[in-house]
Amino acid sequence: MTSSVEHHVSQPYKYGWTTEVESDRVPAGLNEDIIRLISQKKEEPEWLLEWRLKAFRNWLKLTEPSWANVEYEPVDYQAISYYAAPKKEKKLESLDEVDPKVLETFNKLGIPLEEQKRLAGVAVDAVFDSVSVATTFKEKLAEHGVIFLPFSEAVKQHPDLVREYLGSVVPATDNFFAALNSAVFTDGSFVYVPKGVRCPMELSTYFRINAAATGQFERTLIVADEGAYVSYLEGCSAPMRDENQLHAAVVELVAMKDAEIKYSTVQNWYPGDENGKGGIYNFVTKRGDCRGNNAKISWTQVETGSAITWKYPSCLLTGDNTVGEFYSVAVTNNHQQADTGTKMIHIGKNTRSTIVSKGISAGKSQNTYRGQVKIMKRAEGARNFSQCDSMLIGDKCGAHTFPYIDVRNSSAIMEHEATTSKIGEDQIFYCQQRGLSAEDAVSMIVNGFCKEVFRELPMEFAVEAQNLLGISLEGSVG
Amino acid sequence: MLEIKNLHAAVDGVAILKGIDLTINAGEVHAIMGPNGSGKSTLAQVLAGHPAYEVTEGSVTYEGRDLLGLEPEERACAGVFLAFQYPVEIHGITNAYFLRAAINAKRKCQDLEELDPIDFMEMLEEKLDVIGWTDSLMERPVNHGFSGGEKKRNEILQMAVLEPKLAVLDETDSGLDIDALKAVADAVNKLRSPDNASLVVTHYQRLLNFIVPDFVHVLARGRIAKSGGKELALELESKGYDWIKEPAGV
Ligand SMILES: Nc1ncnc2c1ncn2[C@@H]1O[C@H](COP(=O)(O)OP(=O)(O)OP(=O)(O)O)[C@@H](O)[C@H]1O
Ligand SMILES: [Mg+2]
Repeated sequence: MTSSVEHHVSQPYKYGWTTEVESDRVPAGLNEDIIRLISQKKEEPEWLLEWRLKAFRNWLKLTEPSWANVEYEPVDYQAISYYAAPKKEKKLESLDEVDPKVLETFNKLGIPLEEQKRLAGVAVDAVFDSVSVATTFKEKLAEHGVIFLPFSEAVKQHPDLVREYLGSVVPATDNFFAALNSAVFTDGSFVYVPKGVRCPMELSTYFRINAAATGQFERTLIVADEGAYVSYLEGCSAPMRDENQLHAAVVELVAMKDAEIKYSTVQNWYPGDENGKGGIYNFVTKRGDCRGNNAKISWTQVETGSAITWKYPSCLLTGDNTVGEFYSVAVTNNHQQADTGTKMIHIGKNTRSTIVSKGISAGKSQNTYRGQVKIMKRAEGARNFSQCDSMLIGDKCGAHTFPYIDVRNSSAIMEHEATTSKIGEDQIFYCQQRGLSAEDAVSMIVNGFCKEVFRELPMEFAVEAQNLLGISLEGSVG
Repeated sequence: MLEIKNLHAAVDGVAILKGIDLTINAGEVHAIMGPNGSGKSTLAQVLAGHPAYEVTEGSVTYEGRDLLGLEPEERACAGVFLAFQYPVEIHGITNAYFLRAAINAKRKCQDLEELDPIDFMEMLEEKLDVIGWTDSLMERPVNHGFSGGEKKRNEILQMAVLEPKLAVLDETDSGLDIDALKAVADAVNKLRSPDNASLVVTHYQRLLNFIVPDFVHVLARGRIAKSGGKELALELESKGYDWIKEPAGV
């Protein structure tokens, strides 16, 4: 990790705090020896090392994509350290030991004290030692046969399952960032819900932030076997310690026959300062495969952080009667750039997809929606509904919409709606004249704009997302 | 209640108001008339605190307080209401939600409990009943796609709900059919009390048949050129504005 990156990330950032930890890291640079070293440190089986190396060799042949509507300084992939793990373990005994700044943020986010204890315990605890919290849930999950483990644990405990599904949705060669991730991923989550099981609780990365934050390349793999159901929450609106500038995760979802996966994200990484310095480059590949008939995958995301977001959670509607959904709120402020959207690939018969995208741009930011709906030849009776709404706050920002539609079966029914609205001085003043403060006005208008998406989030998450939106847009008016 | 002294205001560096003096006592209704572009809306916006208008000279005292020193929402809480000449559209929130947010903002600064949706709907039904309107516009986004007249009606509904102390109506009668005009007048007259006051900007003497003003002022080139009683409106109707040349100094 370069010191300049650390410098950027340690800039005042409302949700951020940094903690001095001694860490075990490999030297900067990327080559086969480094990959071997990572694999060795993680005590991985031979097949996984081979898989990584194959991905790496492929990566060398790929070029960084440049089609997205984002601009950034080229990343020096040889200047990055690809493995860092905290050495020392430390456990916080009570809320008093938690950084007051962290508590302040929780307060601002409106998270109640009990929740704070849990989160503070978790977030901080988990960075150094997540055993206590994780175990309680682990037992409950085990009763139902649900496997929920850090990825590297899963490789050790359930190698066959991991091997069967890893890379089956996002192949190691899929794209530049996915290939990079496949070569060097350090950790992530693995979830397996057995046949007919409804996962008894929302699974979330709250209590396993350790794995998420140490590596800039997480790998998440969620498998819902026949008739299973799982709801998974990623990220958290609480402070996340992330000193990495480049973040390239891969998420793979597999839904077998009659299974359903609901995947929700509230992403709130460091967006850089108001002059556009620093911030996280978030290049994520997320894809779900509705592999069996009647399967359903639903992505809900609220993106408020990162300097650059490049992210297209997608659905392969492979089985017949499968359903793909994408609900997204992407907020950009200051100099943030987001190019995000989805791909719905209709392969099976009577497949249905719904896309609801809400882009909010403020400051000098650029917000792009890019969506592809593809109806394959044998996808008889496919339907898609897309709605892309943009909201501009002020007049220095931009919103762009690129819907790509590719229909190869004439029975398809496609609907597309798009709107653009503006919050300007006059709207704010109108609300103020009716007694609302400028902040409340923006938050009211923006939350109203996003309500179709927030409705899809689990309850507590929705409240956090609303508060987050308020904080992200603070100072964007007046 | 309201005392405007030597008020000068500019927008984008262009001086628009050039020394307005006007005193409104509680219980009074004042009408402001005057040619297009004379500064009527500017005066209304300055009283409400629109950030685009810069006060360059003068003072405005409202109930003993320096009105110009208050934020727009503080003025609203203090009971100043502006019915906009051009009400803006707000996408994404329903008219009902917006109204409830407004009434709750007001209740908050009065240290009253918020109205829950059920109490609010009850109160709203009552108000609508009194004005004689149905609530067909309530579930639509604020002013979005409303006809010109519907927007004006909506302003009046907001006024009826918020019960201001000082209501400033900027051409609320323009574009209204005769029934709606009477309803607007009714709403204003209902607010009339020894504690309240209104400032009604209009081009038409017709409105003043329904809302009988105590005073009529003519604004010309950023100044009050003439003031009088309700007969002045009639005189203007027949003679136009040409005969009022230079500010007479009220
Ligand atoms: N941004 C601006 N720059 C320059 N002049 C402006 C600006 N905005 C408004 N004006 C001018 O200020 C003057 C007063 O406008 P105002 O809206 O107050 O008039 P009004 O009396 O309400 O007219 P009407 O009867 O047509 O509503 C007009 O001449 C208008 O063109
Ligand atoms: Mg006007």
